[in-house]
Amino acid sequence: MLHAIETMEITKKFESITAVNNVSISVKPGELFGLLGPNGAGKTTLISMLSTMIEPTEGRATVWGFDVEREAPRVRESIGIVFQDTTLDDRLTGRESLDLHGRLYGLDTKTRKMRIQDVLSLVELSDRADALVKTYSGGMMRRLEIARGLMHHPRVLFLDEPTLGLDPQTRLHIWEYIKTLNKAEGVTIVLTTHYMEEADHLCDRIAIIDHGEIVALDTPEALKDMLGGDVIILELEKPEDKSRLCEIYKKNGTAKIVSEKNGEIFITVKNGEHQIPHILYLASNAGVSILAVSLRKPTLDDVFLHHTGRAIRDRAATEVEQVGYKIRARRK
Amino acid sequence: MVKATLNRAFQTVYTMWLREMLRFWRSKSRIIGSIATPIFFLIFLGAGFSSSFQTESGSPFDVSYLAPGLIGMAVLFSSMMGGVSIIWDREFGFLKEILIAPVSRFYVALGKAVGGVTTAMIQGLLILIIAWLIGIKYISIIGVIAAIGVMFVSGIGFIGLGIAVASKIDSHEGFQMVMSFLTMPLVLLSGAFFPISKLPAWMNVLVYSNPLTYGVEALRYFLLGKSVIPISLSIAVIIVFAFAMIGLGGKTFENTKVT
Ligand SMILES: Nc1ncnc2c1ncn2[C@@H]1O[C@H](COP(=O)(O)OP(=O)(O)OP(=O)(O)O)[C@@H](O)[C@H]1O
Ligand SMILES: [Mg+2]
Repeated sequence: MLHAIETMEITKKFESITAVNNVSISVKPGELFGLLGPNGAGKTTLISMLSTMIEPTEGRATVWGFDVEREAPRVRESIGIVFQDTTLDDRLTGRESLDLHGRLYGLDTKTRKMRIQDVLSLVELSDRADALVKTYSGGMMRRLEIARGLMHHPRVLFLDEPTLGLDPQTRLHIWEYIKTLNKAEGVTIVLTTHYMEEADHLCDRIAIIDHGEIVALDTPEALKDMLGGDVIILELEKPEDKSRLCEIYKKNGTAKIVSEKNGEIFITVKNGEHQIPHILYLASNAGVSILAVSLRKPTLDDVFLHHTGRAIRDRAATEVEQVGYKIRARRK
Repeated sequence: MVKATLNRAFQTVYTMWLREMLRFWRSKSRIIGSIATPIFFLIFLGAGFSSSFQTESGSPFDVSYLAPGLIGMAVLFSSMMGGVSIIWDREFGFLKEILIAPVSRFYVALGKAVGGVTTAMIQGLLILIIAWLIGIKYISIIGVIAAIGVMFVSGIGFIGLGIAVASKIDSHEGFQMVMSFLTMPLVLLSGAFFPISKLPAWMNVLVYSNPLTYGVEALRYFLLGKSVIPISLSIAVIIVFAFAMIGLGGKTFENTKVT
């Protein structure tokens, strides 16, 4: 098969809002694909269309070769999904949740028993399997949902914000499960996130989505490379030397992009650490004295900023959202 | 092929039934609460009625008259609740887990109905037994078995109605509306608590177009051996109602949306 997922100019409109606009992407079998974007970018909407929960307004999409509109039942058999909001019944135990799921997907008794053991030990919930979901922590619920999504051996697993609102330690854990699944079991995974590190750490390829449109799509490395490389920042003793030094670097061809701001010079180069000696050599040759040098590797934050002109999110938003998540969890 | 499809349908129904049973088993306070109400009715309403009506008419009020009505009420409440609980499934997200599964939604709805009706019958049966312990006499064992059948059929009808309503409502505020505007009038306009033979004409229309009336009448016939409406008519009405509502509920549920 050529593509695990393929969308062709898929669009979703809600009344006045265009949540997903003309998106054409394809995901290869076995790939770990990330959708990275800020709140309201359209990540969930795109996943909802791919998982047959809502119908596209325009365009077409296939999952594992099946059309999401015309062959919805076949698509459903082929996928597993962990929704953004929890979809557990808190009056059931973990094991019962998995068992009922297995039944709905037509697994026989023996297979169910085996799978339950497997997925429970994968997410390290075996010892709490017979406790009511009501008594689970947020991280445990998330892990149980991942386990449930895997029960029936899906070809494609969708994870909508799998680590939203979890503490850093749990997040690292879940990252490990996701990697294992993808590498060891070969499950194609599509995950959405607005955590840069998550996308960077996990994904083979990332689509950056903003206002319902894909603004960039490539491997994390390539996305960062597109910015031209690392940034070396020089702090000068005498600010008046700035423009002279900039000219030298530009003429010399050391760097593609040189800029200055607040008495500092920013030089964008490939392989920053290897360029520093040469750059300092040029400076001392010109008789400019340097107070400090620092090297910054580009992050996906920079990539996002480059493509949208905005930072993906500020700290305050993170906090607000975590509170929201807790309230949602409590309400149950 | 046909066998596989049937097998899958059965699996789906059974899975949904199983979930209802697991939940029911865990909510013991709900079970106790739901049979306590009719029992209080039976004891206190019965005592109140018999002392006040005795003096008026001369002949003593028969408390056993209330039992079928109360069983009918319990079946109505718990089957409506069973259907309407889809609203909670929606609010707490579990509905998505069901709707994303590669199974027929009609059978999902049917499974939910069978689960709900099982709980409704357990409650109806408990009241039936408690009323008997209190001293109410039923005409025969056959009658009691037939009454259980009536509970099942009318329970299916009301749960279908509940599912249809819940599939259209997307918040728990809607639940209150259903309870006030559907369940209460159904109970009060059913003859569960009063004889339907001497009603004013305007009320007659409402009472006779209420499916619960026929359920209660059928229960009365099988448990006590007397009813105003002929038993064949009562049975025909509740069976037609059950098929119609489960069809409606299943169809509406197939088109329900979650976001
Ligand atoms: N059912 C709906 N009705 C109307 N508008 C909707 C609906 N669902 C989503 N939207 C709108 O579509 C846009 C995209 O929403 P979506 O949930 O896909 O974003 P997201 O990228 O998943 O965001 P988040 O990171 O907050 O989960 C938003 O503007 C949202 O308000
Ligand atoms: Mg989302």
